[in-house]
Amino acid sequence: MSLYLLCMVLMAVGIYCMLVKKNLVKKIIGLGIMEYAINLFFILMGYRQGGEAPILDKQTPIANFVDPLPQALILTSIVIGLGVTSLMVALVVRIYEKYKTFDINEIRKLKG
Amino acid sequence: MIELHVILILMIIGAVVAMEIKDLLSSVIALGAVGIGLSLEFLLLRAPDLAITQLVVEILSLVILIRATVGAHMPQERNLKKPGYFIFAALFVCIFLWFTAKAVMQLPVFGQPVMKMGSLYIAEAVRKTGAVNIVAAIILDFRGYDTLGEATILFTSVIGVLAVLRKTGRKP
Amino acid sequence: MKETAGMSIIVKRITKITVSLIFLFGVYILLHGHLTPGGGFAGGVIIALSFIHLVLAFGKDVALTRMNLAVASVIESLGGLLFWGIALLGFLGGYFFLNVLPHGRPFDLFSSGIILVCNVAIFLKVGAGLFSIFLALALLRMPVDDKETHR
Repeated sequence: MSLYLLCMVLMAVGIYCMLVKKNLVKKIIGLGIMEYAINLFFILMGYRQGGEAPILDKQTPIANFVDPLPQALILTSIVIGLGVTSLMVALVVRIYEKYKTFDINEIRKLKG
Repeated sequence: MIELHVILILMIIGAVVAMEIKDLLSSVIALGAVGIGLSLEFLLLRAPDLAITQLVVEILSLVILIRATVGAHMPQERNLKKPGYFIFAALFVCIFLWFTAKAVMQLPVFGQPVMKMGSLYIAEAVRKTGAVNIVAAIILDFRGYDTLGEATILFTSVIGVLAVLRKTGRKP
Repeated sequence: MKETAGMSIIVKRITKITVSLIFLFGVYILLHGHLTPGGGFAGGVIIALSFIHLVLAFGKDVALTRMNLAVASVIESLGGLLFWGIALLGFLGGYFFLNVLPHGRPFDLFSSGIILVCNVAIFLKVGAGLFSIFLALALLRMPVDDKETHR
């Protein structure tokens, strides 16, 4: 159970980083940390003590496997996280070209 | 079992470093270290599919993030005149941690999952699909709709990036 | 500008060898996706990384003769249409997404019917899509050029 609590601490670090920091790139980093924490939490829930990776072998028949269903769900989630990060980076690059800064307080003051 | 705790604590330290450091390039590299620690964690939790995918996706996102930050001017963080901002964020994070600590105590003990659907998939994968890798059989045969949705999301994000960054059709 | 000329001569020599090795590794991980860990997603990202390796070592102009943005868009759309076509083919057997191709024996390379073809479709889509994202980010002006107009 302490592993679940440490995972939630990692998620709290990501939330704090996204709330407090004023730099746009730091906000992207905060979202990345939150994604890592959530993916890890799902896989922690599916672990079986003394289990094996869910791939059959010629010698061993169906043995003690860990849960394969959370692994299938998180596999798509990792690639979706990459798509979201790349779209955010494209927007930040455009904002930097127009306003010449990453600071959100400065961007709020400049107009047009 | 102890190695899972050690790697997770190192990931938390790396995340705090990535949050606090002033130079943008160093904080992106610290994020890369957290990602590789996560890939090691997946390997220790018996998920080799995920470890391979997380490692290569981490490398690609590092390349994309460094492209955004190289040579950029890093502004001086002005002192916030309102300390209430920090206190509110810290209070919110504490309440969040308290709620999740209470919720996590109700989950099944770590190491003994319920596996209602998982045992069904394991027992029937070879007979119904003929594939030996059970995770591949789940994402492409038993749950093909989810993969279709994921392909759509990736397509949308590529269109979005190309639309944001194009040069034609834009007012000078 | 020095940036489009690529990197030094040592990097260019080594890149000529390693790009083909990375490409071969990506195709291996794709084709054995139903036997060993890996599959279409990991293989597609590895292929995109091999093309990015080419762009970073030789500069934009040389690498764009190998694969440019138009070809990457066509390949990505082909991958998506192939995935949809395989799913609609299931209607021949009964319902959407049914596994209609022959299953073969386990542990063979050509077993498991539909899963191999779906892996190839996802490989094309993910590889070409991620490479076009990188090209769109790299073909723009670098932020370094804005330093002289910076306030």
